[in-house]
Amino acid sequence: MDRITPLLWLLFSAGGTVAAFLFPIHLFLTGLAFPLGWLEPPPYELLHRLLTHPVTRLYLLVLISLPLFHWAHRFRYTLYDGLQLKHLTELIAVLCYGAALLGTAATAYLLWNVA
Amino acid sequence: MSADPHYTLYHPRWYRRRVSVWWWLKNPSYARFVLRELTSVFVAFFAVVYLWQLHALVQGPEAYGQFLARLRTPLFLAVNTVAFLFVLFHAITWLNLTPKAMVVRLRGKRVPDWAILGANYAAWLVLSVAVAFVLLRR
Repeated sequence: MDRITPLLWLLFSAGGTVAAFLFPIHLFLTGLAFPLGWLEPPPYELLHRLLTHPVTRLYLLVLISLPLFHWAHRFRYTLYDGLQLKHLTELIAVLCYGAALLGTAATAYLLWNVA
Repeated sequence: MSADPHYTLYHPRWYRRRVSVWWWLKNPSYARFVLRELTSVFVAFFAVVYLWQLHALVQGPEAYGQFLARLRTPLFLAVNTVAFLFVLFHAITWLNLTPKAMVVRLRGKRVPDWAILGANYAAWLVLSVAVAFVLLRR
């Protein structure tokens, strides 16, 4: 665990930066502006055409995976400090990073299988 | 002498005060710290929403239509509103820390905090406009 700690901090800060720069606009459009009818959601054909481009796939992998690792790292310490669960260190670490790995695998699988 | 196994002669037990689970509510700056830490939950939530959208797009037009309909339900609108506020809080606190996290030097002189902050906020604006341009283009 100690040997990969620097990597985990790197993923944390890379994911935090991706989430800071890109999540507000994506969440505003997808979560609020499109459902509330303020703006027209992109038609299926447009998004599907975008998905066929390798750059979009790489973008989505980065956009989904890195923020998940950011969450895993930060939430792990939130549980330690906020709820004082220091005795469950290993279980929490496995669940948090495991969930981020699972999300990354699912994203990669879907992107690989875009027809 | 060793009747009590917890008793050691020269090493008394550590004195630790019990701290309440709600320690962070006692002081506004502690509360802000915990709120900032909790932004990660909403970051993960939205990452999962985007993964869900990707899944729908891979499945086909009907699945994408169902995804859009789901996001129009009051539950998702409420959660997304809260998530948007938390993600915004994350973005602002994250960008405001950049001058402290990275010290940039140009010709031996430290680049002032306001310049690093300005560059980050400008990048945020440019990236947001670019994303909006791609998703709103017809």
